[in-house]
Amino acid sequence: MSILTNPQLWAGTLSLATPLALPAIGGTFSERTGVVNIAMEGIMLIGAFFAVSFSYWTGSPWLGLLAAMAAGALIAWIFAWAAIRLASNQVVLGMAVNIFGAGITAFLLNTIFGYNGTPPSTASLPTITIPAIKSIPVLGWFFYQQNVLVYLMLVLVMASHWLLFHTRLGLRMRAVGENPLAADTLGLNVWRLRYTGVIIGGVLSAIGGAYLSIGILNSFDVNMTDGRGYIALAAMIFGKWTPFGSLGAALLFGFASSLSTALQGNAIPTDLIAMLPYALTVLALAGVIGKSVAPAADGIPYKLDR
Amino acid sequence: MGDFLSVTELTKAFPGVLANDHINLTLHRGEVHAILGENGAGKSTLMKLIYGLYEPDSGEILLEGNPVHFHSPRDAIHAGIGMVHQHFMLIPALTVADNVVLGDEPGHIRYDRKQAEEKVRSLSNQYKLTVDATAKVGDLSVGLQQRVEILKAFYRKAKLLILDEPTALLTPQETEELFSIIRHLRDEGIPILFISHKLDEVRAVANRVTVMRAGKTVATLSVAGTTSQQLANLMVGRDVVLRIEKQPQQRGSVLLDIRNLEVQDKDKHPRVRGVSFQVHAGEVFGLAGIDGNGQFELVDAIAGLLNVFRGSVWFDGQNITRLSPGARTATGIAYVPQDRQVEGLVLNFDLVENLMLRDFRRRPFSRNGWLSRQAAVKYANDLIQRFDIRPPDALRKAADLSGGNQQKVILAREVARDPKLLIVAQPTRGLDVGAIEGIHRQLLHLRDLGKAILLVSLELDEIMSLSDRIGVIHSGVLQDIVDAKTVTREKIGLLMTGSRSDEGARILSSDIQEVRKP
Ligand SMILES: Nc1ncnc2c1ncn2[C@@H]1O[C@H](COP(=O)(O)OP(=O)(O)O)[C@@H](O)[C@H]1O
Ligand SMILES: [Mg+2]
Repeated sequence: MSILTNPQLWAGTLSLATPLALPAIGGTFSERTGVVNIAMEGIMLIGAFFAVSFSYWTGSPWLGLLAAMAAGALIAWIFAWAAIRLASNQVVLGMAVNIFGAGITAFLLNTIFGYNGTPPSTASLPTITIPAIKSIPVLGWFFYQQNVLVYLMLVLVMASHWLLFHTRLGLRMRAVGENPLAADTLGLNVWRLRYTGVIIGGVLSAIGGAYLSIGILNSFDVNMTDGRGYIALAAMIFGKWTPFGSLGAALLFGFASSLSTALQGNAIPTDLIAMLPYALTVLALAGVIGKSVAPAADGIPYKLDR
Repeated sequence: MGDFLSVTELTKAFPGVLANDHINLTLHRGEVHAILGENGAGKSTLMKLIYGLYEPDSGEILLEGNPVHFHSPRDAIHAGIGMVHQHFMLIPALTVADNVVLGDEPGHIRYDRKQAEEKVRSLSNQYKLTVDATAKVGDLSVGLQQRVEILKAFYRKAKLLILDEPTALLTPQETEELFSIIRHLRDEGIPILFISHKLDEVRAVANRVTVMRAGKTVATLSVAGTTSQQLANLMVGRDVVLRIEKQPQQRGSVLLDIRNLEVQDKDKHPRVRGVSFQVHAGEVFGLAGIDGNGQFELVDAIAGLLNVFRGSVWFDGQNITRLSPGARTATGIAYVPQDRQVEGLVLNFDLVENLMLRDFRRRPFSRNGWLSRQAAVKYANDLIQRFDIRPPDALRKAADLSGGNQQKVILAREVARDPKLLIVAQPTRGLDVGAIEGIHRQLLHLRDLGKAILLVSLELDEIMSLSDRIGVIHSGVLQDIVDAKTVTREKIGLLMTGSRSDEGARILSSDIQEVRKP
């Protein structure tokens, strides 16, 4: 089992988990406040595109990241407006955002950058190796040459957990996702809390997209998210709508992908292993492994009749 | 003393209904004031006006002599009004402490959970509302959830407590506990508005009562000087019969014969243990017991919805223990289940569909696999007329009907099949006095026609006024079968607790004295 001591397997796991964990936590914020969000795929694409563009235009990948976050927030805000204010069907809306995200980024790529795609000179975010961690066995393997966004992701997981479960805002957000009428009678502003959840979710998803375009690469490709937004949806459910759970699920999915890469060329059919995350997704959605219970008011618009 | 709250000429209209029509009401300090009225009388609307959930079209609310205008519950809470809603406003996934402090949590950015739990503990000591602050609300019984609601009000420094139909979901013991909490609060000087449509509860706990009917306040009386009959008449607006006179019994042969029946629930716990009894044609056999003592499992097993673990069920000389529910229906058993909205009706179906639900496979409703809508509509209209279902519109969805009329639809469907045995579980739960009277008449009429009726109810009054014989069940064991003509409430109450000790007698007699009819 020499393969399990291959540092690349573990570094790959964490690296592949990052663009799943971020949108999964994003979805968690949205759904915890009661808005079903399947729009992560589209928001990631938009985030990925704006990250590259602004990195290229400004020469600073950090400004690219900020632009991605702003674009994610904007799209999420429009989504939230339609879902909360207009009480439209949230699943249909999410699909619309995904289709829109794929279309608009492909269109902009072509009109702005032309046939050759984003220029190869675009700056990407730095990769850092922390010497202290590098020398720790096993843990060091995970953190071998990771992008700065991987570290940011881990900080965001902890921050999200704290926000959701240890702050007053988090308590209120969860309350609104469980029973908005009860929250309303106690004087909480249901709509505002839901906007907050959806927009935080959009920002996190966009960071996930930016990781793909200016984290591990420095370019944008049409549809480069390749369904990660949907796998993130499964990671969110698998992780029982919690940040740490989402991270755990993302690591599991990341491990399966990484393993199939590492096993390439062996006798073992890697396609089967690559399929594992999707099989796990189906099982998680069907409730076969670890029954997940969604927030009680998830997906139900709240109408103010006053 | 003086008025704590007074409401003058308060009016609120919804499209098509004048829900509150020039309401007047005064609430003194230190009194429990009941609002009594049938479903739809406008009680909840009045409370929501006082609580700021609705704004009045006209009229005035004075709190401690000052006019107040609430635009949201937040304003009302701020002014010291606490309300426990008919449907609880709790978040089952959160803890008791989280629920109590929500909206006004201790801490700055961080939520100080420890302090929240501490505050809840001291409140629950102060008001004798014992509940574990760290428990998840979803894991609590309904009675305890209600305490959480009351705690929520006091956490927000309520000076006045509104309880909207607080006993609707409680067991008899929980009701009794709630009443002692209410009395304790009243003695602490907290005025309480107690909403109910049950006469005995109003008489048990209130000092004064305001009766509402069709959006108007009909009268305000002191409870001590009034009888249940008076209150019932005021509430319904005509003379109602609280206890119907029964015809002498024409008892026939044994129809249902239960032999040593044992039933387990889905977790394999025994719920019915060695029960034997017989029901004759032309009699009402009442099954009395406190909720959760196996009575509903017993009737489910007789109807074929639960498997029989041991023992047998005989009907009309035939062993039906292993028959499917459908086959049992065919032998002449009809079942009116406990939850009319979940088990009894398909709420999204119209009356035509609901009324032919049992028979749609048969002619004339179905020919060669095709439904005949025409025949079904004709049948439905016929039943609607015979059973006086209102509104008399076969194309209405069942969901649009009042509870009483929904129950009539189920009864009509079952009775129209001309069964020999009718099993009814909680036939009048949540219904108005007027509607209850109608259902009771219907059941007794069937008995006089020679049907056998097995009645399960948690309302002892209902059991006692309808039954010819009464079986009392406790922990799945049939304690005794008694003659309804000679037995006393006290005796049944004792059997229901499963003990003949003085302790049981004491608990029950306090309840019984309060609700005893003059
Ligand atoms: N939000 C509402 N919109 C329209 N009609 C309502 C609304 N709330 C109550 N009503 C109507 O007002 C009347 C009084 O209802 P309610 O106050 O709930 O009665 P109660 O609490 O005495 O049963 C009923 O006819 C009911 O259908
Ligand atoms: Mg009501």
